[in-house]
Amino acid sequence: MYNFQYQRPGDRAAAAAAAKAANARFLAGGQTLIQAMKLRLSSSDALVDLGGIADLKGIKVDGANVVVGATTTHATVARSAEVQKAIPALAELAGGIGDQMVRNMGTLGGSIANADPAACYPAAVLGLGATVNTDRRSIPADSFFTGMYETALQPGELIVSVSFPVPQKAAYIKYKQPASRFALVGVFVSQGAGGVRVAVTGAKSSVFRASAIESALQASFTPAAAKAVKLPADDMNSDLHGSAEYRAAMVSVMAARAVEKALSR
Amino acid sequence: MTDMSQPPNSPIGQSLRRREDARFLTGAGQYTDDVVLPGQTYGVFLRSPYAHARIKSIDTAKAKAMPGVVAIFTGADMTGIGGLPCGWLITSKDGTPMKEPPHPVLAQGKARHVGDQVALVVADTWLQARDAAEAIEVDYEELTPVIDMSTAETIGSAVHDDVPNNVCYDWGHGDKAAVDAAFAKAAHVTSLTYHNNRLIPNAMEPRAANAHYTRHDDAYTLYLANQNPHVERLLMCAFVLGIPESKMRVIAPDVGGGFGSKIFLYAEETALIWASKRVGRPIKWTAERSESFLTDAHGRDHATTAELAMDAQGNFLAMRVKTLANMGAYLSTFASSVPTILYATLLAGQYKTPAIYCEVKALFTNTTPVDAYRGAGRPEATYVVERLVETAARDMKMDPAQIRRQNFITTFPYATPVGLTYDTGDYAAHLDKAIKIADVAGFPARKAASAAKGKLRGLGYSCYIEACGLAPSNIAGALGARAGLFEAGEVRVHPTGTVTVFTGSHSHGQGHETTFAQVVAAKLGMPVENVEIVHGDTGRIPFGMGTYGSRSLSVGGTAIIKAVDKIIAKGKKIAAHLLEASDTDIDFENGEFKVKGTDKKLPFGAVALTAYVPHNYPLDKLEPGLNENAFYDPTNFTYPAGSYVCEVEVDPETGKTTVASFVAVDDFGNIVNPMIVSGQVHGGIAQGLGQAMMEGAIYDTGSGQLLNGSYMDYTMPRADDLPSFTVDHTVTPCTHNPLGVKGCGEAGAIGSPPAFINALTDALGVKDIAMPATAEKVWRAANKIA
Amino acid sequence: MNVDISLTVNGRPVTVGVDPRTLLVQLIREQLQLTGTHVGCDTAQCGACTVHMDGRAVKACSMLAVQAQGATITTIEGLSQDGTMHPMQAAFRECHGLQCGFCTPGMVMSAVQLLADNPKASEAEIREGLEGNICRCTGYHNIVKAIQFCQSGAQPAAA
Repeated sequence: MYNFQYQRPGDRAAAAAAAKAANARFLAGGQTLIQAMKLRLSSSDALVDLGGIADLKGIKVDGANVVVGATTTHATVARSAEVQKAIPALAELAGGIGDQMVRNMGTLGGSIANADPAACYPAAVLGLGATVNTDRRSIPADSFFTGMYETALQPGELIVSVSFPVPQKAAYIKYKQPASRFALVGVFVSQGAGGVRVAVTGAKSSVFRASAIESALQASFTPAAAKAVKLPADDMNSDLHGSAEYRAAMVSVMAARAVEKALSR
Repeated sequence: MTDMSQPPNSPIGQSLRRREDARFLTGAGQYTDDVVLPGQTYGVFLRSPYAHARIKSIDTAKAKAMPGVVAIFTGADMTGIGGLPCGWLITSKDGTPMKEPPHPVLAQGKARHVGDQVALVVADTWLQARDAAEAIEVDYEELTPVIDMSTAETIGSAVHDDVPNNVCYDWGHGDKAAVDAAFAKAAHVTSLTYHNNRLIPNAMEPRAANAHYTRHDDAYTLYLANQNPHVERLLMCAFVLGIPESKMRVIAPDVGGGFGSKIFLYAEETALIWASKRVGRPIKWTAERSESFLTDAHGRDHATTAELAMDAQGNFLAMRVKTLANMGAYLSTFASSVPTILYATLLAGQYKTPAIYCEVKALFTNTTPVDAYRGAGRPEATYVVERLVETAARDMKMDPAQIRRQNFITTFPYATPVGLTYDTGDYAAHLDKAIKIADVAGFPARKAASAAKGKLRGLGYSCYIEACGLAPSNIAGALGARAGLFEAGEVRVHPTGTVTVFTGSHSHGQGHETTFAQVVAAKLGMPVENVEIVHGDTGRIPFGMGTYGSRSLSVGGTAIIKAVDKIIAKGKKIAAHLLEASDTDIDFENGEFKVKGTDKKLPFGAVALTAYVPHNYPLDKLEPGLNENAFYDPTNFTYPAGSYVCEVEVDPETGKTTVASFVAVDDFGNIVNPMIVSGQVHGGIAQGLGQAMMEGAIYDTGSGQLLNGSYMDYTMPRADDLPSFTVDHTVTPCTHNPLGVKGCGEAGAIGSPPAFINALTDALGVKDIAMPATAEKVWRAANKIA
Repeated sequence: MNVDISLTVNGRPVTVGVDPRTLLVQLIREQLQLTGTHVGCDTAQCGACTVHMDGRAVKACSMLAVQAQGATITTIEGLSQDGTMHPMQAAFRECHGLQCGFCTPGMVMSAVQLLADNPKASEAEIREGLEGNICRCTGYHNIVKAIQFCQSGAQPAAA
C-alpha cells in the first residue's frame, strides 16, 4: 500500500482534529479499508485509527430506539441480548455479515460510511428509518445514502452512533453472491410506527427503498403481496453472478421471505 | 510377483494417523514462503495489463533509480537461453508435428495474455520492488485479442506470428471409417454440444520460489512450491538455461496443494535462477493470489460435440467426438497431451462400444496457458461419456443403470478401441453397491417429499474409469512423450536398523510420509516409526518424475518395494553367512531371517548392523552396507473405476441447488490407508462439484481481461456449499504391481461433474445445462425463462 | 516513519517499531518469524491468516499491526500448551481434517472460535461458521468431522 501518516487519537475531539488534515481517512475495523489500500485502490495521506476511542463503542436500548456506537463490531451487535430482544432482525443481519473473523473487526460505522452497494447494514439503516448521528449533526436514513460508495457525510465528519427505531416487526433476508458472500440481493422489511419500509441492497448502485413493494405491503402485509410485485430491471446491477432481470425477480422473492420471517416471530 | 500377503497386525489397510500432521497442526510446516535466506532480495514481476500487445519499448531508468532496487531485467536481457519447453509432441492428422512457437521466459516483443511477465524487479524489500515495478514505463501497442475458440482460426489476429491461424494441432484418434459406418446404420443417435468450463486450480498455497546462486561452488539452490523437483531441474537446466544438472539443487519443501498447477516449468522460477547469479544474492518471490489467477496454468476449457450411436435395444455401436481445446497463449509443459492422449483414450469408458473416433483441434488464444488440472483429460472424457450415456438412457426411455449394465465390459483383460488395455475390473459390483447405498429405490418418495415443499429433486449417475499410474515409458514415448515416466526409490538401512526411504514421489497433501512408511514397515516387519520417508529434494533423492496422474503409490510405491526386495535379498545373503546356511535356505518373515525348517533366526536389526560392521561377513562375495535403489517402469496404466450417485434438490424460486447426497463407490484395488484414500475422494468430489456448480474462469471476449480474477468473483466451494459425502469401495486388485493398487488422487474430480449435471437435468427435466450451473441458469431452466 | 507498538504474542511481550503499513500477518511472519500463520489470498477471503486477538478470531491480513497495539495475540504456534496439542488440533489429526496443511492453522483457529461461540453447533451451523476459511484439499468433510469430534469431548485413539 502507499505510505501514510498513522495516528491513534484517544478521544473524539482529537479524532476530529486529526481528520482535518487534507486527505485523512478514519480507520475503524479496517475490513474494507485495509483491503482497498493493499490493492492500491485507496490511498490517504493520513489514517486516523478510531480503535482507541472508548465512547464510540457500545449498545444502548432505551425502549423506542436501539443506539449502536459507530465502532461497535458486527459480532457484538449479533451477540447482544438486548438487540436480539428489541430488534432481532438487526442482530441477525449483523450475524450474517462476512464471516466470523470479519464480524470480530468490522464495524457499523465503517460499513455505512463506505456504503458498498452490496453491504448489509445500509439495508438495516434505510429499512428501519434509522438516524445517523455524527459529530456535527443527525442525518436521517433517507438522506444518508446518496450513490455508489457515496454518503451525505462531509470530509472529516465522524459517525458517532446510529439510532435504530424499534419496529413492530422486521426481518432481513440476504441472498448471498456465492463468491464474495456479499448480498446479491438483500431485503430488509420493517413494519413500524411510520408504516412499512422495504430497503434493498445489492440490486442497484446504492441501497434503495422499493416503494412498489412498500405500497403492496402497506395494503396487505403478506409474503404473497410482496412476491406479486414485479420490479423493472432497468437500473438493476448486472454481473457474472446475476443479470438485472434475475436481480429484479429476486428482490420480490427475498422481500416475500423477509415478510414471512417477520410474521413468524 | 512379490508376495504381499499380510500378517494379522500389518499396517497395510490400517487408517494410521498421519505423522505429517504434527508439524502442520502446530505451525511448524515449512512452505517455500517460510524459507528465509540471509541477504535475500525480493522479486516482483511486472505483468502485461493487455491480452495481446506489441511491446514497443520498456523504460526502466526511473525504476532502477528508486530506493532499494538491486536490478531490473526484461526479455531483452535474457539472451542466449532457450524458451520454456513442452514435454509432449502431438502429431496432426496430416502427419505434421504440432506448432511449437517460442515460449520466452520474459516477454520478447509481445505480450500474449493479461499477466504475461514483462519484467523482473529485484529489490531489498518487497515493497520497494513493488513500488519500482509501478515506475517502469512500457509502451504497448494493443492488438486484437484472440479469446473465443470458435473464431480463433478466422479472426485474423495471430497469437504467435508464425501460427497465423492459431491452430497448434489438428489430431485424430480411433477408427473414423468404422464409426461413420456405424452411425449410418444406427437406430438412434444421442448427441450433446457443450463447453467443459475453464478452471483455475487455486491450491491454497500460492506459487513461490527462492533462488540462490552460491559462488563458492558455482551452483544453484532453488526452493520451489513444486510437485516434481527432478523434472523441474531437468527442464530448466537442459532446455532453458544450459546449466549442468549437477550444479542445481531443487528443493520442494512442504507444498500447500498442487492439483497439477505446480508440475510445470514456469517463467518465474526460471527467471529467478537466471537472475540470482547476476544479482549475487538470493531472490525470493511469492505470487499474490490475483497473480496466481493470471499465471498458474488453468484447466479444462474444451468445446465439444459428442454423439453416441445405438441399436434399437440401447447397445452402444459407436461414439464420435469433436473437440476444440484451448492451449492458451503458450504451450505449457504437458498441455498438448491433456486433450489428446489423456482424453481420447478414455472414451470407451466402462463400455464395450466397438468403434470410437475423436478429433481434437488445439488452439492458441490470448489467455493464460492451459495444462493438466486434477484429472487432466479424464474428467473431460468422463463428462463426454457419462453425459451421453445418461442422455441416451432418457432418449431410449431406459433406466440409466440398466443401459450401463447392458453395455459394461465384463471380461478382462479388455483392449479398448482407443488404445488402452484394461487389466481388471468389476463395474457391476460398484454400480450395485452405489445404488444400494444411495437408496435409489427410495428416490421417488424423496422426490415427492421435495415436491410437497415446492422443490424439484433429481438423481444422476456417473460410472467413470480412468487411466492413471502414469506410465509405461515406451508407450508414452510412442505417443509423443519426450520424457520417461518411471519412478525411483532408494532404501537406506542404517546400522542401528532404522530405515530412510528416498522417493521420487512428492507429497503435497497425499500423506506419503505415512503411507509409504506403512508399506515399507509391512515388508520389513518393523514398527512404522522406524521408517522415515524423504521426498522433494534433488540433493538427497536419486531421481523422480514426481507426483501427478495418481501415480505415487502404484509407480513410486512399487519402485520402493523393488528396492526393499533388493534389501531383503542382500539381507538373506548376510543372514545365510551368519547362520551358516546357504543363501537359498533363508526365508524372511515378520522382520526375521530364518533358516527354512529350523528355528535358527536373526532379527533384521542384527543383519543391518552386521552389514555396517562386517566382521563376520562374506567380504569376498558381498559388499558391506545395506542401501539399495530401484527404478520402476510400469507395464501398463492402472484403471481405477467407480460408480457415483448424486441427488440434488432445486429451489425453483431462486435456482439455488443443494446436493442432497453424494455417494461414491470406487475400485482403487487394494487400499493401504483407508482414511487417506477417502480423504482424496472427498477433495476430488469437492473440486468436481466446484466445476459443475460454481467455478469457471470467464474472459471478456473483447478485451481479453479475466473478469473473475479473485475470490470476490471466482466462486470457490466453501463448507456450506457441500454436503458430507458417502464413500465406499469395491476391490479388484491391480494385476501388474505388487501392492495391487490403482491410485485414487483424481477419481473424485473425474467422476463427479457428470453425476451432478445428470442429477440436475433430471430434476429440471431438461436435456442439458451448462457448467457451472449457477443459480440464475437453473432458475431460467426451471421457470422456462430464456 | 515507524510507530512503536507493544503487544503480547503467544504469552510473550513484544515491543517493536513498525512501518505503519505493516500488516499484522507480516509482523507475525516476518518480524516474529512465526510462519505458521499463512497468506493464501489478497482479498481477505481465504482465512489462512486467522489468529486470535483478545480471544476473538481475526484475519491477520486484514489489519494493520498498529491496530493490535495493547492486544493479546495467539497464533497457531501458541495454541498448544507445553507440547500438548489443543483438543481441536488433536481432533483434526484424529479425523484427517487436513491434507496439504496450508489452510490448517487458520482453519483450526477459526474452528476454536466457532465452538467457543456455539458449543452445540449443528453440522449446518459448523459449515456456515467456516465460510471464512477456504480449503482446496479436504472437501471439508473431515474438517466438519474433526470439529464434531472436538465437540463430543472424545479422546483420540492410540497414535
